[in-house]
Amino acid sequence: MSTISPGPQGFEAAIKPAGADQVAEFVHRKSALERMQHILHETPWLAPLMVLIASLIGFGIAVGARFFSAYALTLILQQVTITGIVGVAQSLVILTAGIDLSVGAIMVLASVLMGQCTFVYGLPAPISILCGFAFGAAVGYLNGTLVARMKLPPFIVTLGMWQIVLAANYLYSNNQTIGATQIELKAPLLQYLGNTFVIGANAAGNGGATFTYGVILMLALVLLFAYVLRHTAWGRHVYAVGDDPDAAALAGVQVKRMLISVYTLSGLICAVAGWALIGRIGAISPNSGQFENINSITAVVIGGISLFGGRGSILGMIFGAMIVGVFTLGLNMYGTDPQWTYLLIGALIIVAVAVDQWIRKAAV
Amino acid sequence: MEPILTGRNLVKRYGRVTALDNCDFDLYPGEILAVIGDNGAGKSSLIKAISGAVQLDEGEITLEGRKVRFASPIAARAAGIETVYQTLAMSPGLSIADNMFMGREIRKPGILGSVFRKLDHAEMQRIARQKLSELGLMTIQNINQAVETLSGGQRQGVAVARAAAFGSKVIILDEPTAALGVKESRRVLELILDVRSRGIPIILISHNMPHVFEVADRIHVHRLGRRLCLINPKEHSMSDAVAYMTGAKVPDQALAA
Repeated sequence: MSTISPGPQGFEAAIKPAGADQVAEFVHRKSALERMQHILHETPWLAPLMVLIASLIGFGIAVGARFFSAYALTLILQQVTITGIVGVAQSLVILTAGIDLSVGAIMVLASVLMGQCTFVYGLPAPISILCGFAFGAAVGYLNGTLVARMKLPPFIVTLGMWQIVLAANYLYSNNQTIGATQIELKAPLLQYLGNTFVIGANAAGNGGATFTYGVILMLALVLLFAYVLRHTAWGRHVYAVGDDPDAAALAGVQVKRMLISVYTLSGLICAVAGWALIGRIGAISPNSGQFENINSITAVVIGGISLFGGRGSILGMIFGAMIVGVFTLGLNMYGTDPQWTYLLIGALIIVAVAVDQWIRKAAV
Repeated sequence: MEPILTGRNLVKRYGRVTALDNCDFDLYPGEILAVIGDNGAGKSSLIKAISGAVQLDEGEITLEGRKVRFASPIAARAAGIETVYQTLAMSPGLSIADNMFMGREIRKPGILGSVFRKLDHAEMQRIARQKLSELGLMTIQNINQAVETLSGGQRQGVAVARAAAFGSKVIILDEPTAALGVKESRRVLELILDVRSRGIPIILISHNMPHVFEVADRIHVHRLGRRLCLINPKEHSMSDAVAYMTGAKVPDQALAA
């Protein structure tokens, strides 16, 4: 064989008569189960929404009308405010295939810093709040730099940062709480997100749908990031980096800059949660909300965002947080041991991850 | 005819290993240049240097007569050099349209785009659809389906379409048929010839000798970090090429580069 004629090789002639130039295509009838798998693959928030509705109906039947009151349902929203806001930060990080264990600690220290700035250094409340935000963003930036530039695993970086920030929190605050009345007198702006408005209360001023400003902020953040992730280049890049960072880099995404921006934003959102935390509990306590890292990861996982990154939606996260809220309040009203809540939430986490693995197989 | 892309005395070292040893390289307009070589010969380093994925220690690259230096694949892309990597560099969970426009998304006109940074999904889908049909990839029905739901050949097709859509000067294809079956390989080879017929020169890296000899206009044989020789596939056999590549046979002085 000294010369080669252009065109298909001899042995390939056999493929011609079979089916012209068609590329292999596999069209087969899909069963109902496969179709469902496909739908869940396309709309990742659908599964947590169905679980949320089912649990609402379940507790509605078990507990009765008390549970279905506007007051009780909006109480759930109030109870998940902090987890929901921190969950937005956690969702962004987990979508990039990372994890942020320092979210709760950043939130607490940011709230402590807002208090210290106001009551120790005598800064005006708006400046104190901005100081807290700047601190959160700075810690996030440090996390991001360690993850993106030093190539350290996010789990290790944020595990270390969690301990560092938490210890700094106790050392800095001398483990002292700033009381609610003191804040109310001197810097009510710190408690601003705890203010409520009521829709549809009865004549005596009881009941009705009660919203705190924190709840509105949480919902606004969720909608904002649902938009950003779906409709901006930055949002699509978050998914691309989580899916396959090497591929994203070759396709023209600035992966390092992307990761740093995500962790910085996560820190900033945690500081915002710190502000909301003051509103939620009224006081500033270095002992509050330390387990928000676990709570936010729970919300994210139950909400169907994959811990392997690149899949899921932030709407799912908020449904996940609400599912936890429904279980907590529902079981409380039903009057069982609160440990049942943890037991059921634990089971739900495992089921959610199993469903995620199953959905991932929906490659057709 | 002047070469569109040249490399002169390219050197790349990784620690004590010299991957490129004063290597030269030429690509002429409108041709398919195949680069072949044994594993470890430095093909990948050469391609990565041209596509901006690694930085050269010495030597210079010129594109259309102008000296260029690419700090990243993004810089090479901006200069009109598109690369289809062996791994395809696609995000499996994202749609075909998202992948085609990754890193160069189109935003909505007006305030929606400039202030709210809103992407123009409809426009990107329209262009993606158009590019795929231009290359005859009609079997893909839904431009919004995730890339992971496509077959290997379809994915390769989308990656080639992406390169063809944006590569204005040079397209580099790294092992495009390595992971494909016979039929799918055939489809991709047709795609490659189709892209050449649009006048865009192609650098093809492949281990598959029948494919190389079928589509290449010239073959660059890479050995021990440099260009050993350039051969014409019409005048040499595959066994000659393999012999040069492995060092079993030394090319004539006339051929040696």
